[in-house]
Amino acid sequence: MSNGNHQLHTLVVRVENKAGVLARVAGLFARRGFNIDSLAVAPVVDESFSRITIVVDVESAPLEQIVKQLHKLVNVLDIVELSPTEAVERELMVITVRSDAIDELKALTQEFHATWLDDRSGQAMISISSFPARVEEFEERLKPYGIVELQRSGKIALHRLPD
Amino acid sequence: MSTTGTKGSATYGGQALMNALEREGVEVVFGLPGGAILPVYDPLIDSSIRHILVRHEQGAGHMAEGYAHATGKPGVAMVTSGPAATNIVTPLCDAYLDSVPMVAITGQVPYAAIGTDAFQECDTTGITMSVTKHNFLVTEAADIPQVIHDAFHLATTGRPGPVLVDIPKDIVDPGNPHSALTDYVPTGHDLPGYTVLPDPDPEGIREAIQMILAAERPVIYAGGGILKARGADALRALAELTDIHVVTTLMCRGGFPDDHPLALGMPGMHGTYSAVTAMQEADLLIAIGARFDDRVTGKLEGFAPHAAVIHIDIDAAELNKVRHANVAIQADARLATEALIEGLTLAGAPESQADRSAWKSRVSGWLEKFPLTYDKHVAGEALKPQHVLETLRDNAPEDTIVCSGVGQHQMWASQFWRFNHPYTWINSGGLGTMGFSIPAAIGAKVGQPDRMVWAIDGDGCFQMTAQELVTATVENIPIKVAILNNSYLGMVRQWQEMFYDERYSEVFLSKNVPDYKMWAEAMGCFALRVDDPDEVEAAVQQANEIDDRPVVIDFRTDAAEKVFPMVPSGASNSEVMVHPSQAAGPA
Repeated sequence: MSNGNHQLHTLVVRVENKAGVLARVAGLFARRGFNIDSLAVAPVVDESFSRITIVVDVESAPLEQIVKQLHKLVNVLDIVELSPTEAVERELMVITVRSDAIDELKALTQEFHATWLDDRSGQAMISISSFPARVEEFEERLKPYGIVELQRSGKIALHRLPD
Repeated sequence: MSTTGTKGSATYGGQALMNALEREGVEVVFGLPGGAILPVYDPLIDSSIRHILVRHEQGAGHMAEGYAHATGKPGVAMVTSGPAATNIVTPLCDAYLDSVPMVAITGQVPYAAIGTDAFQECDTTGITMSVTKHNFLVTEAADIPQVIHDAFHLATTGRPGPVLVDIPKDIVDPGNPHSALTDYVPTGHDLPGYTVLPDPDPEGIREAIQMILAAERPVIYAGGGILKARGADALRALAELTDIHVVTTLMCRGGFPDDHPLALGMPGMHGTYSAVTAMQEADLLIAIGARFDDRVTGKLEGFAPHAAVIHIDIDAAELNKVRHANVAIQADARLATEALIEGLTLAGAPESQADRSAWKSRVSGWLEKFPLTYDKHVAGEALKPQHVLETLRDNAPEDTIVCSGVGQHQMWASQFWRFNHPYTWINSGGLGTMGFSIPAAIGAKVGQPDRMVWAIDGDGCFQMTAQELVTATVENIPIKVAILNNSYLGMVRQWQEMFYDERYSEVFLSKNVPDYKMWAEAMGCFALRVDDPDEVEAAVQQANEIDDRPVVIDFRTDAAEKVFPMVPSGASNSEVMVHPSQAAGPA
């Protein structure tokens, strides 16, 4: 996951929704030594296509080279780079923490507009859907309470609505 | 599938595959049958397609490559599943690195058995994903006509390359209901993510023309893309219009005539002094269909330090990958070269070009002072491999096709042959596949049966794929093989001598085992062994007379011979080492 020191770019890659396409994309990154920071994939409205949101670390290779190599994959239709200023970015995190200080956790959940999912047996489960830096901050704020486990979805992004 | 065309008759997958190959104009398939591909070999009997039965599937792949190199048409290899598919991985990777149009068809276990570790099952599409331009696992018989049509389109357009089609047995087997389909002729392609290239960007061409006109020390750096684009005539016209010297990479030998006054020969690690040095001193490199491979550039930081770069390549990913291009043009090499010629002519070339007389006289000085050379043989001692090559060259027709393996013999062949015609030189450049020459020569001879085809091989290489000479004999494909036999893995020996203090580790093969003459005769070839320098020419002439079976000559060569010039690995091209006899006084 991002530690903030790397230069990250968000690529939205539209691909044919066919068996093995994700392996082609992942394999390309592996064999060319490109680093993936996060990756999210799902079909779009027309189910013959999928949309992959990849956050790439351009310390490993120039963005131009990553994009051009991706374009060579026959199943890739188009690639758009989304800068944070022109995109709405969201990430989902589900997290289980020790619930010794349950009132503080509930206050924090409210502060971050997160969702209290469950609490029992000394643990609480919370979810948050927000822009990635906010998710990151929420995770940091929960750390002192003791994180049992967590899963982040990886970033997804769409163009902002036109003015 | 989105495109279907004219409906044909009810048939089964195996027959539909044969029909599809015939529609693509396939005349010959190199292959070897087995369990999963059996149902395809049955309709092959009644097909117009010639099948060459190989002795090892690697041979089928390299033959398909040799055929493609020699004809410009896609080579086709067909093998069964599992070990047959893994045996063809090396040729696929070879074709991928050298951009050779090739279609490989592999059998696969029945679709329902995939993933069960069935007999002769392997994940062929998974294994070959990174060594093909694209691959397909066909899951429905009805998809076969479309996928074959798409596979040939991918293999032959844009940057050519190998495409693999993996076909489960149940959809080709007439005994299985899954194989039933109504055959059809596809009318288009179902490749929404694949676009064929636009014409060269006029703005880039305009900028390139200005740079060419202004350059005082320009060099054309011609790569394999010239040959893939059928662009040799355009390259020659560009060079002659602008009076600019041309270097031809290992993949472009024959793309510009070696006898032309503007030819500098091969650049790179074992390139000519003139080609290497002209690039180092140039103020402009016009790179056409070349990819700044490490064997050409040497140490990148020291490569052509004064040169601006015009880079023309059909693959956008090659532009700015290794070396920054001042002008980058994604285009077919021939079309871009023709656009340059047109624009330069309109811009008043050659009269409007900068004065290059000082540069031209420097280049002439290098050519005169540092020609390729070697120590002549001494009576009673082993043959000089360069002398053998010169004798082969001087006794062969102009249009002879030369195929080589990988190593010292490859470099000497590239250096000492005079390539004056495109598609006369076939070798494994990118992957460096030992054993390439014999099967590639067979494929070339199948594609060009009226031409003389010489395979130049090393003794190490010969032992990797010699079994295909059985194929050559049985299928009546009379190639000729010259083994430059120094009993060593010669190139590795050369590196150990020069860079590992003459500590020879596992490079000596054997002085007398195998007996190549007996081995070749056992495979149905005419064979000779030559130890005496005075017998070289007579042996070559005798070999050239024989056209009813393959010929093998075992030339016993001097193991101490090294390939020069040489840029040591990791060194700058400015540190090129010439032949010791020339080393005394470089300019």
